[in-house]
Amino acid sequence: MLAYNFNWDVIWRQWPTIIEALLLGIGLAVASLAIGCIIGILCAFGRVSRHKWLDWAIWSYVEFIRNTPLLLLIFFVYFGLPQMGIRAFDKIESFILTLSLYAGAYMCEVFRAGLASIPNQYVEAAKAIGLRPWQRQLYVVLPVMFRITLPSISNTLISLFKDTSLAAAIAVPELTFTARQINANTFRVMEAWLTASALYLATSYAIAWVLRLVERRYSVIR
Amino acid sequence: MQNHMKPNATSAATGAMPLLRAVDVHKSYDRLEVLKGISMDVEQGEVLALIGASGSGKTTFLRCINLLEEFQQGEIDLDGEPIGYRMTGGRRRKIPEAALSAQRARIGMVFQSFNLFPHMTAEQNVMLGLTKVRGKPAAEARDIARHWLERVGLAERRGHYPFQLSGGQQQRVAIARAVAMEPRLVLFDEVTSALDPELVAEVLGVMQDLARSGMTMIVVSHEMLFVREVASRVVFMDGGHVVAQGPPQELFRDPESERLRSFLGRFHGVFS
Repeated sequence: MLAYNFNWDVIWRQWPTIIEALLLGIGLAVASLAIGCIIGILCAFGRVSRHKWLDWAIWSYVEFIRNTPLLLLIFFVYFGLPQMGIRAFDKIESFILTLSLYAGAYMCEVFRAGLASIPNQYVEAAKAIGLRPWQRQLYVVLPVMFRITLPSISNTLISLFKDTSLAAAIAVPELTFTARQINANTFRVMEAWLTASALYLATSYAIAWVLRLVERRYSVIR
Repeated sequence: MQNHMKPNATSAATGAMPLLRAVDVHKSYDRLEVLKGISMDVEQGEVLALIGASGSGKTTFLRCINLLEEFQQGEIDLDGEPIGYRMTGGRRRKIPEAALSAQRARIGMVFQSFNLFPHMTAEQNVMLGLTKVRGKPAAEARDIARHWLERVGLAERRGHYPFQLSGGQQQRVAIARAVAMEPRLVLFDEVTSALDPELVAEVLGVMQDLARSGMTMIVVSHEMLFVREVASRVVFMDGGHVVAQGPPQELFRDPESERLRSFLGRFHGVFS
């Protein structure tokens, strides 16, 4: 016997706030992925550049990020940096910074593997028509790497989107935080968490579906 | 193909510079020496065939010409200008990458494995060098690309990506990409070796057409019928040395070198 009476009214009343919270989460994930990709590309090139110190510095960054809980990083940036005198960021900016650094470490490894898997023959063809080194990277290496790594980029975006729930810990009004608010104010525990879960699930599927279309459009390497 | 038969002594007779001159080129991978002093001249309009067993160094030498391989000793000059290296203060140094890129832009190359850019259509493959290296406006580059794709019989395929093309079609796009740059010479590195037998002829046909138009070509090939038909001069390499050279008719009819004789013996029927 289910001893819980559902009452969805609170959810409908809060619907605009919930959707706003969901969009904020998507925005946080997309912004972090974009910045993370830039960090990742720079780090991947840094690691293959054969500069020993640069390689070591980037390796340390990647290992540090990948072996530290994300929640701890979020607390460190949000609470720690102001203690050190850096008060430049509000909580949303602070979270984007953290998630970007986090995404950057993962994307660095993704792109490094992508760069390593580009057959040398394309680079040789680019050399042979007289493209300069940076042109070879820009017009041949990066576009090919982007297409090779697209499935990994998609996976990263979905996992980043789910990780935005950790922003609730520093009171960023995204979906998890909003669900907790509703829960706290109304005691509609099941409604609040079921709604949030369903929205995470649906959004993750939607992102995956859109990105699969993008992959199909760009997967010209077979 | 008699119209392409040019005597080797052209430059000596006229005093003109050969288009390409290699002098005593040595190359080693670590301690393994693969080129042991290659010297040769290539005249404007010549079709030079490099033949020899695998491991003889012919592909390596070809790749040295546009510095896809470095070489440790000797000199290769294009129009009298040394490729890849400069002597400064008595030391041999590699020239900066930008200068090297400019030199490579004057030499076309077609690869065994086609090496088309996989994310670009046939037309975009041909256009890339024209716009980014030659600095041509997109519209002009597109016209040139279409002209050459038509010339290699692929006018209808210009919007296709490499994965949508057969090996022979890909290789013809690669040839169009190389020659559209109007290079001083084009290097062909076993360009039919990766093709199914029924696709070889269409590629050789395009190359024969280019040879007739006066394009200077250096061709590494195992297609002995093609070499005999199209080459103005054949260079036989073995063990990192040039062992024999001459016009194909002479060289194939009466090979003086024992090694060349045994090499040619493998191509039953072609030379009997």
